[in-house]
Formats: sequence, C-alpha cells, structure tokens
Amino acid sequence: MSDEHVYLSLAEGHDDSDARWAFGTGFEDPLHGVDTAVPEGVDAAELAAHCLALGDDALVAAQRLAEWCTRAPELEEEVALANIGLDLLGQARLLYSRAGQVDGTGRDEDAYAYLRDPADFRNVRLAELPCGDFAFSMARLLVTSSWRLAVFERLARTAQDPVLAAIAAKGVNELTYHRQYAAEWTVRLGDGTEESHRRMRAGLEQTAPYLEELFTAAATCGADPAGVRHEVTAALRQVTEAAGLPAVEAEPLPGHGREGDRTEHLAPLLAELQGIARAHPGAVW
Amino acid sequence: MSAVTVLTDAHRAARVAAEVPDPELPMLTLADLGVLRDVEVAPDGTVVAALTPTYSGCPAMAEMRADVAARLRAAGFPRVEIRTVLDPPWTTDWITPEGRRKLAEHGIAPPGPAPRRAAGPVPLVLTTIRRAVACPRCGSADTEETSRFAATSCKALWRCRACLEPFEYVKEI
Repeated sequence: MSDEHVYLSLAEGHDDSDARWAFGTGFEDPLHGVDTAVPEGVDAAELAAHCLALGDDALVAAQRLAEWCTRAPELEEEVALANIGLDLLGQARLLYSRAGQVDGTGRDEDAYAYLRDPADFRNVRLAELPCGDFAFSMARLLVTSSWRLAVFERLARTAQDPVLAAIAAKGVNELTYHRQYAAEWTVRLGDGTEESHRRMRAGLEQTAPYLEELFTAAATCGADPAGVRHEVTAALRQVTEAAGLPAVEAEPLPGHGREGDRTEHLAPLLAELQGIARAHPGAVW
Repeated sequence: MSAVTVLTDAHRAARVAAEVPDPELPMLTLADLGVLRDVEVAPDGTVVAALTPTYSGCPAMAEMRADVAARLRAAGFPRVEIRTVLDPPWTTDWITPEGRRKLAEHGIAPPGPAPRRAAGPVPLVLTTIRRAVACPRCGSADTEETSRFAATSCKALWRCRACLEPFEYVKEI
C-alpha cells in the first residue's frame, strides 16, 4: 500500500495486491487460473443448474451457521459452527464461480450471492429454516452434512465436469468432519438428560418433512438419488439408534426447493445477507 | 535468451516462491505447507506458479496468491501468473517433514497420516478413535482433545494432562 490514505489505497486498483475477503474488497474469482473449458458431451445448462443448487444450499447453510456467532452455548461450539460455515461458504464460492463460467452469463460469485431474489434461489428448503435451538441446528446439520457428503462423494467419482468433480472431492474431507461433529452431538444429546433427549428428538422431528425433497434427482444434482437415499438413511439410522432416538420419518412436504418453492424464512435471511451489497451496488472499500 | 538463463531463472523463481511464508502459519513456507504445486518460467519470461487451497473456505488463499506474485515481482520477474489447482485435493500429507518439524518447534502438534479410505461411501464411526498426539511442549502422550475446531479450519484444540498446557494440533484431513 503506497497511497497515503489507507482507504483510498484499499479501494485502488482492485487487484490481487490489496485483496481482502469481503464484499467490495476485490477478493473474487476463487477459481482464478483453473482451466474453465466445459468438456464435450457435458450439458452446460444442466451443469450450471447443479452448481447453482449446491452453491445455494451451502450459502444459505453458512449464513444460518454464522447466526450462532456470539450465541452458541460454549465458545468451542461457536468456533466449530463458524468453521463449518466457513467451509460451506468456500464451497459456495467455488460452485458459483463455476456456474458463472458455464451458464453463459459470465456472472461472478457476488452476483449470485447478493443480487438474486428469494424466488431465484434453488436450495433445499431444510437449509433455510431458522436456527431454532442448538438441538435443531445439530439435527439439521446431521441431515444436510450426511446428504451432502453422500452427494459429493459420488460427484467426485462420477461428475463429467472435472471442475465440479474437483470441488466435490475437496469437499468430501471437510464434510466428513461436519457429519462427525453433528453425529456426536446428536448421540450426546439423545443419550443425555431427559430434557436434552426431548429437544434432540423434537429437532429431528422438525427436519423429517423436508427429508424426501433431498432424495429426488433434482436435489442430488447428478449423483445417483437411490444411492444417496440409501446411504443417508443408513447413516441417520446408525446415529438415532446410538442416541436412543426414534427413526426420522414424516409425511413429506409438497413442493420442491429446487423448483423455486420457498418457505417464508428465506426472504428475511437474504435481506440481511444482501443488505449492504444492495444498498451500495458496486461499492468498494 | 539462452537455455542456460532460462534454467537459472526457473530455479530462482521456484526458490523465491517456495520461501513465501504462509499468512496464517507464518513459521511455515508455502512449500513446507505443500500448497505450492509448481513453478515454471514460460518462454516469454512469465513465471507461472500453481497453488492449491488447503480448505475450500481458506480465507488466506487470496493473500497467498498476492504474496507469491509480489515476491516474484520484487525478485525481478515482472510477469507473474498464479494458477489455482484443485486436483488432487490438498491433504495434510502434503506438509513436508521440514514443515512438521517447524510446527512442533512452534508448539503446534503436527498431523499424523491423513485418513485413507477406499472409494465409495465414507463410513461413519461413532466410537471414539483414540489418537496419540504428543504434547509439543513436554512430549507427553497423556493428552486429550478439547475441541476439534480451533482458530483456523486446519487446527484442533488439545490439552496436555502432564504439563497442563493447552496446545494446537493440525488435524489430519
């Protein structure tokens, strides 16, 4: 930074030398310098839709996890939830960048995160429900991380697009930690006191109507839906049995998040997430 | 430019890039951490350095890119290109023996071997896996995990039951 005025020099140039990670600070393109060609035989529109859907799941989940900052029951859990959110945010950035390369619009990650309306989001609805108590947040993390791990592990092996396969392969190790964390908490609470058992059970019951949505072809983004269903169901059963909790089952909710059906909770989440970027379009600082 | 000069430049550029410190673990160079995958000098003199992220959400990635480019420019390579390599993904096995030694020297327990798993679904293990992590201060093996997540994604928090000191541990991934 050569400029005398620190703010001017931060805003200046917008190149790598002043890169910081926040809106308006010029830290963009996490796929910088990756070979971006779409391989022959890959349907670009479908690939873009998959990247967008998986990116939206991750962005919305990361925002919900970030809401625990300053509110988690213990400092260690707060750090854990923030770390998990950060991993998901990183995955979202990579996936949005890939979507922008292949959907023909050339949009950058910020355009996807900050400049789309709730109806344009394609995340599964489970991701956008409010945090609830710690038990519900653990129940949701258990379901979504088990599901995402199963999807990513398959995409890492079978995705025809090498960039999506690489993003998924990178995520597998991270998601293994996320699922482990949620599984251990589910067992600890389910097998804990009467009160913790009651709340863990209620948390899992709240996720149940949203489960079916995860196992459709639209949700699994090119990963075999039957295989994903089998793997996730088995993992959930393993955890609930160890926790002394009933299996997670309920009538599925009509509609589908991947088709743009939203709960009433996404709009307020996005209002907070997008507020600054929308109030000051193109701003740098 | 003669062939000899090109060779020398490539060696020099590789050395400059390898010595850039990691922004979050500054006792390590990017080469120690294993995130610098390749440094080449193109025929037109452009230095092409390939970096790989540790975690998807690693916020230090942009700084690493900027640091490598700035150091190379300062070393007399005006044209620098940084490429991101995602495949194969980084694991803690990429941390060099020298990097592990430096971590331990600075009170951070280095990682054990990264988990190896067969292709296919990742098994979920609910029984506690007892890891033997030696205290980087007193060397005792009587240690315990206090949190699997710490100040950065790549570390866990541990405590030594012998010398009672808390310490950080670069967890296997």
